[in-house]
Amino acid sequence: MTRTHTSRLGPLIDPNEFNEPLDLEGISVEQVEHWLRAMTLIRRAEESIGRLVESQEARCPCHLGIGQEAVAVGVAGLLRPTDPSFGAHRSHSHFLALGGSVDELMAEVLGKVTGCSRGFGGSMHLRDTRNGLMGTVPIVAATVPIAVGAALAMKLDGGDGVAVGFLGDGATEEGVFHESLNLAASQALPVIFVIENNLYSSHLHISDRQPTDRTARFAEANEIDTQVIDGNDIVEVTRQMGELVTMAREQRRPALLEALTYRWRGHVGHREDEDVGVERTDNLAAWHQRDPIGRLSEGAIEFGLLDRQRIDAIDREAVDSVESALDAARLADFPPLDDLLGIVHHDSRNA
Amino acid sequence: MQYGEAIRRGFEFAMDEDPSVILLGQGLWSPWYVGNSMTNLEKQFGYERVIDTPVSESAVTGAAIGASQCGYRPVVTHPRVDFALLAVDQIVNQAAKWNSMFGGGAPVPAVFRLIINRGGEQGAQHSQSLYSWFAHVPGLRVVVPATPQDAQDLLVAAIRCDDPVVYIDDRWLYDLESEIADPPPISLADQGPLVRRPGGDVTLVGVSWTTRLALEAADILESEGVDCEVIDLRVINPLDLAPVVESVSSTRRLVVAEGDWRSCGIAAEVIAGVLESVEAGCLVAPPQRINIVEAPAPTSAPLEAAYYPTVDDLCNAVRRTVA
Repeated sequence: MTRTHTSRLGPLIDPNEFNEPLDLEGISVEQVEHWLRAMTLIRRAEESIGRLVESQEARCPCHLGIGQEAVAVGVAGLLRPTDPSFGAHRSHSHFLALGGSVDELMAEVLGKVTGCSRGFGGSMHLRDTRNGLMGTVPIVAATVPIAVGAALAMKLDGGDGVAVGFLGDGATEEGVFHESLNLAASQALPVIFVIENNLYSSHLHISDRQPTDRTARFAEANEIDTQVIDGNDIVEVTRQMGELVTMAREQRRPALLEALTYRWRGHVGHREDEDVGVERTDNLAAWHQRDPIGRLSEGAIEFGLLDRQRIDAIDREAVDSVESALDAARLADFPPLDDLLGIVHHDSRNA
Repeated sequence: MQYGEAIRRGFEFAMDEDPSVILLGQGLWSPWYVGNSMTNLEKQFGYERVIDTPVSESAVTGAAIGASQCGYRPVVTHPRVDFALLAVDQIVNQAAKWNSMFGGGAPVPAVFRLIINRGGEQGAQHSQSLYSWFAHVPGLRVVVPATPQDAQDLLVAAIRCDDPVVYIDDRWLYDLESEIADPPPISLADQGPLVRRPGGDVTLVGVSWTTRLALEAADILESEGVDCEVIDLRVINPLDLAPVVESVSSTRRLVVAEGDWRSCGIAAEVIAGVLESVEAGCLVAPPQRINIVEAPAPTSAPLEAAYYPTVDDLCNAVRRTVA
């Protein structure tokens, strides 16, 4: 079958580029420590979830975003708890980065009532309104228009709130994505679409799915301001997303961030070597050198902000948090059977 | 007041009482799309609250769900049921599921208003009602008003409800006229089928437009000495069949008329539900169902005339049960 594909992302998709320690000039120790702590917690939690999948203790579909942590943490650092945000099937990172409890995440993955969705969601349906995460769902692109509607609410509220929709490159192939960009732009709604372009949708590389790899082109077609960046550089994510967030807050119009990143594991589950039945033949080893956490850690050492001992301590804290979350999740109850019918409606008077 | 105007009065009432009510959809500023059901609402309540949208059924429906998560009570109008099918992912996969799949704390107070706009040789893609599609899905509430009073009251109750509601109105009822009172403080969760006309011989059940046919048929049959009890279902999800079961237990005869296809339809559901609940041997005649022809809607006038059930069809079905 003949397919045509022209790469427009240049060095951004070259795993041998952008693998130096991060330039942390002008960044505070506190900031670096926060980023590292948040990204490490996500990494360790997802590694743990991967082991639960492998041992079959977790049975729900788990989509790991290991290697993509900088996007979630960088974006979350710019949002307020009152800014509604939405995710998709690969959203453990969004949940934790926005401030969600690792205890609730691990419990949810095991289907326990102490989970963030009370054991009714599993890995793919997370909600944590205290931190602005209004919902993550596995129907690809389904939350993109929902984020647009949240932005309509922010506009009608009259303040400077913004909505954020996290999506992947696969979601840009859904029709509703285009409807959503058109609607957001034509109604001047303060929503920021954050595309984590990890080059894969399920097992299929973007070169087998789209005529070109730069998904920000759809923003340009809708007169939406956009930035295309290295999504494994948290400084860059913070800087460029920061500009887009400020613009959306002040000028009340949409924006789109395309953050190029890479998925280290398969589409679903714990495996690295095999993806939904397809043997991977990509540059995973090279992408490991473009590790968002490794580059931040090395930059922190290089700029004299953190020493190896402190970095190791942060890692141990993350491992301990995940371990104790898992211990508690294992002991927790499953949701009560009565809730199966009891929460079909919110207004349950005749449920 | 006419049915169409009563819908407008419902919108007016809901928007007056609650500033968080907003309206979205295609054609809201045009009588060509929505008849007299929304006339000048945008001028009365402002273009910020009454938004005529791009041709994007799915995104607009999703946007309503998003706004509902942030303190608003949106109503999306789809001027034809057929076009709402482009938004079914948002209605069925999202709105219907969120409260349950997020553990009970995620209400979706949005209304999806679908208008049945058939006849006039519009054909296969402008004529559907698809009641049972939406009635099939747990998590949705589905209301099908048959009178001007209900057109207003069930709309207001739907907007006040914390659950996603599919409100299906029918342009073939827009000229139906009656006196109407202000909306009562009712909860949609307490609403269900109502006896519109008491009678002792045959239970005749209608859904939306066919309730109108049923009442006309009952008048004709009365002159023949057949006394029909007409029940208007009003809410088809969740479907509470208790009033129908009670009626059939007494009349021992059941006819259900539905302006939609037979297979897996509401009439089938009503008959099955009643048979499960009445005493064995209760029915003295086989239950009858009246539906549209099992084919896509035609355009040619004679075929279209044959396609939809008539008052005569209902009368004949009732006559079969008392023969």
